[in-house]
Amino acid sequence: MKRWLPFEWIAAIRFLLDGRLQSIFIIVGIAIGVGVIVFMSAMLTGLQSNFIKRVLTSSPHIQILPPDQLARALRVTGPDLEDATIQRPSQRLISIDQWQGIKKQLEAMPEIAVVSPTASGSALAIRGDASRAITLNGVEAETYFNVVRVPDYIVAGQARLLSEDIVIGIELAKDLGANLGDKLNVTTSTGGSRTLTIVGLVDFGNKGANQRTTFVSLRTAQSLLGMIGGVSTIDLSVHEIYQAEILAQSIQSTHDVIADSWIKTNAQFFTAIQAQNLTNALIRAFVGLSVAFGIAAVLVVSVIQRSRDIGILRAMGTSRGQILRLFLIQGGVLGFIGSLFGCAVGFAALIYWHATARQADGSELFPLIIDPALFLWTALLASATGLLAATAPAVRAAKLDPVVAIRG
Amino acid sequence: MADPVLVLEHITKTYNPGEPSEAVVLKGIDLSIARGEFVAIMGPSGSGKSTLLNIIGLLDRPTSGRLLIHGRDTSGLPDAELTHLRGHRIGFVFQYHYLISAFTALENVMMPLLVDHGFPTDAAEARARDLITRVGLAAVADHRASNMSGGQQQRVAIARALAMNPDILLADEPTGNLDSENAASVFALMREVNKSSGMSILLITHNDALARQCDRIVRVIDGHLRDG
Repeated sequence: MKRWLPFEWIAAIRFLLDGRLQSIFIIVGIAIGVGVIVFMSAMLTGLQSNFIKRVLTSSPHIQILPPDQLARALRVTGPDLEDATIQRPSQRLISIDQWQGIKKQLEAMPEIAVVSPTASGSALAIRGDASRAITLNGVEAETYFNVVRVPDYIVAGQARLLSEDIVIGIELAKDLGANLGDKLNVTTSTGGSRTLTIVGLVDFGNKGANQRTTFVSLRTAQSLLGMIGGVSTIDLSVHEIYQAEILAQSIQSTHDVIADSWIKTNAQFFTAIQAQNLTNALIRAFVGLSVAFGIAAVLVVSVIQRSRDIGILRAMGTSRGQILRLFLIQGGVLGFIGSLFGCAVGFAALIYWHATARQADGSELFPLIIDPALFLWTALLASATGLLAATAPAVRAAKLDPVVAIRG
Repeated sequence: MADPVLVLEHITKTYNPGEPSEAVVLKGIDLSIARGEFVAIMGPSGSGKSTLLNIIGLLDRPTSGRLLIHGRDTSGLPDAELTHLRGHRIGFVFQYHYLISAFTALENVMMPLLVDHGFPTDAAEARARDLITRVGLAAVADHRASNMSGGQQQRVAIARALAMNPDILLADEPTGNLDSENAASVFALMREVNKSSGMSILLITHNDALARQCDRIVRVIDGHLRDG
């Protein structure tokens, strides 16, 4: 008998040990439930972080664009309407008005981590007889690479952007038959033309992006696109990625710009994440419920089996509160021990699945994210579930009439 | 008579009052038990002996009447206080020993002390071991109750009832399930406790020979109490 344990703990543990088979079965049940929760939560966290990393490191959290160019209706001066139809004008590549002032204001906002102006537009990359349409992204490397992690996607060369440098996608390099150190002639529709040296090759994991994407320095792009001193977008990185849409709406309402968040531009992806989170929460809730009912069922049976013991304990001066605690402790202990085994089971399954499940290209399906907090919270939650589940049987035990209980 | 430990004043007990199944079990019981008195309660089965013992043991409440322990009226006391009184003043021995099978003999005897003090102490264990020795079971103190004979289990139950050194020991046919040799031995143990500690004992029994060895015999017949 453990000397440091209060009576309720001693009796609760003895009762659990006395009904060993019953206790083992329910602990196995809890362990399976907790294992499923741990495994699913960790795997989904890994998958989501992988997806989010891919989306958010290859595009800005928020992109600021100049407002749409609209045609103004002709002013009516007489009784006749000149033209009832207003045709939408073609959208010329224009700079964001007063972009430096806007940039300063954005930099002052605490929710925003990085602000990077870019000059982007279409161009033609020519090498020998081959030519390809490209998206020319003129960026300030020191800020832009903190918004879009281009260096993380570099597969050859480096993410260096001096005035004559260009970083291109691997598919474009293949199409042009170009490699590191080769020269490319880049021409734009405004008549700008420069010969640039390939200093890096990037692979964004998307063939389309790899065929079109190029990066040059901001000044080079401004010169080529004919927008000296101007920028076509301001790309932002924010601290709270799920607050990006609210922040974008706030920016749009206070400035004469369009602000698109990653949530808006990846609406389908975001909906999929939310659906996944909801599914995960539902699975957790139902597994938790089945665990709770399992514990409650075992303890209800235990109260019936132990009714005579309860009566004797009451006859010996055990209070209703002590009887209540005795059964609550059993529920909590079952939940806690079950959760420990469950965490181990979930962890083992996670390791195994991570080692065996692979994507089509052979890379890992999800990063192995072992968050101690997940195990801690799951154990706490399972113990609390055990306590809660034990409440009804414990109250029933505490309310037992000792005379009836002793009689059996 | 010396100062009474226990006084019952016109105790009645009715089950399911006002219903078709109403049963009046006790019909005005008056009884006084002195300190150190050993009283046998006899009567036919179903006469209300056990109900009377449950009321005296504060496990059940009377429908009417007063129960005084050391002059203190227990009627109207809240459950928590009755539980405390039961734990400190009254010891129980049942017909079927009713030891807790999850514990050893020693732990069963320690149980009332643990319930009261919250955790095991050297003093509690020493007292329990002393009691186990007193009932002649030192050698099997650490055996599970379920591995002991009926006579041994009943002795452990007596040791458990004595753990808190109660004023009153209530024994509901403690020898009813034992052979004559064990019955005599258990009775002798109770008599010894009664003599040595001055503990009042109420013993329900159907055994005339044992009843005759008690200080007084009362009979419950049809809900009424009769001396002799």
